[in-house]
Amino acid sequence: MTQELLVSTRKGFFTLARNGQWQIRNADFLGDNVTLAMHDPRNGYRYAALDHGHFGVKLHRKKPGGAWEEIATPAYPPKPDDVVDTDGWGKVLPWTVMRVWALEPGGPDQEGLLWCGTIPGALFRSNDHGESWQWVKSLWDHPSRKRWMGGGADFPGIHSICVDPRDSNTVRLGVSCGGVWRTRDCGENWELTANGMRAEFLPPEQQGDPEIQDAHMLVQSPSSPDRMWVQHHNGIFRCDDAQTWTEILDVPPSSFGFAVAVHPREPDTAWFVPGIKDEKRYPVDGALVVTRTRDAGRSFDVLTNGLPQQHAYDVVYRHALDIDDSGDRLAFGSTTGGLWLTEDQGDHWREISHTLPPVHAVRFT
Amino acid sequence: MAEVHFTANLQRHVPCPQMQADGGTVREVLDSVFAENELLRGYVLDEQGALRKHMGIIVDGVVLRDRERLSDPAGPDSRIYVMQALSGG
Repeated sequence: MTQELLVSTRKGFFTLARNGQWQIRNADFLGDNVTLAMHDPRNGYRYAALDHGHFGVKLHRKKPGGAWEEIATPAYPPKPDDVVDTDGWGKVLPWTVMRVWALEPGGPDQEGLLWCGTIPGALFRSNDHGESWQWVKSLWDHPSRKRWMGGGADFPGIHSICVDPRDSNTVRLGVSCGGVWRTRDCGENWELTANGMRAEFLPPEQQGDPEIQDAHMLVQSPSSPDRMWVQHHNGIFRCDDAQTWTEILDVPPSSFGFAVAVHPREPDTAWFVPGIKDEKRYPVDGALVVTRTRDAGRSFDVLTNGLPQQHAYDVVYRHALDIDDSGDRLAFGSTTGGLWLTEDQGDHWREISHTLPPVHAVRFT
Repeated sequence: MAEVHFTANLQRHVPCPQMQADGGTVREVLDSVFAENELLRGYVLDEQGALRKHMGIIVDGVVLRDRERLSDPAGPDSRIYVMQALSGG
């Protein structure tokens, strides 16, 4: 099957393929806010999450050779009248899905299983390719969940879902702001695995509290799954033992950002797209760069070839950087409608477009 | 039966022609509509059954007051307009 790049934007969903050069092959949902897409490698199904604003969040699915069809949207159960649910700030949490913020297939041995994380921070699972969704009550009922806080969004949310390649029943979640979570029994029980993270913006006695860490994005090394990387509000964190974290300090030009990608076979190699922390959020000095480490964070290359180095105010959101199975090809899209691609791990970048709508997410098939 | 109209912007996403439906409250009328058009429910109401935040309903010229339970009365001659608050870019 021809490799494609799925680009979710504020005004539609674009499918790119390589025909000599990478170019847009299809534009779907034009005018609609497509916040995230997923390709299921088990069967070729595609999923697109739409946020219609007035009309709410919807999910659509496309089977190979078929047309897009609306399917069930994850939904909270009816909230009992006597329940008042609040987040860590004490704000009342509405039991309504405001955004699909993570969408991942289950393992290769779990045909039909999908995971979905939302804002507010709930996890849903489907056992039937998205025909229906079940609320993962075990996580919602965990006492620590009530301490989760909103970060950039009004309410906390689950943005990262990593299914362990060694055991599909082991799943990790990245939560903003709620740390990193792990289940080893496909969602029956949950444990927090965010020790070592640090949130400098909190009062000193709370900076190391694992329950309220603002992980911006979590990725897991496919080849060495105990190795994980997190782009955190506070900087970059690396995990070597599946549960504790080490902060990577002094990363040029900045360790603030949203996106992170890890090489499929080299766990020490990872990419980030930095910006000025944290209330400004644009590239340092207006120069768009990607940073790459090949030695587990001891040193970083600042990659600029092919990227705008003057008056670039592109922000790259957490789902807007991806790497393919080759480990050489990466792509990222920005809030100002730029889309760049490299075929050599970032040594050279090529602009695919600078006129797209604001990009929420990119995914290689 | 009450007459129910939907904003034209909704037609782009889900078919929702003008309909006639029975009910003593706006909730009952809309439930009758949704019984024949289940997909439409999620575009107008959230999963708790409340009117979506940026939607509005006008019943016989009066803006819906009970956005949670939709208990405002409706009658056989009512005209109900399901609208959106246009915003954004």
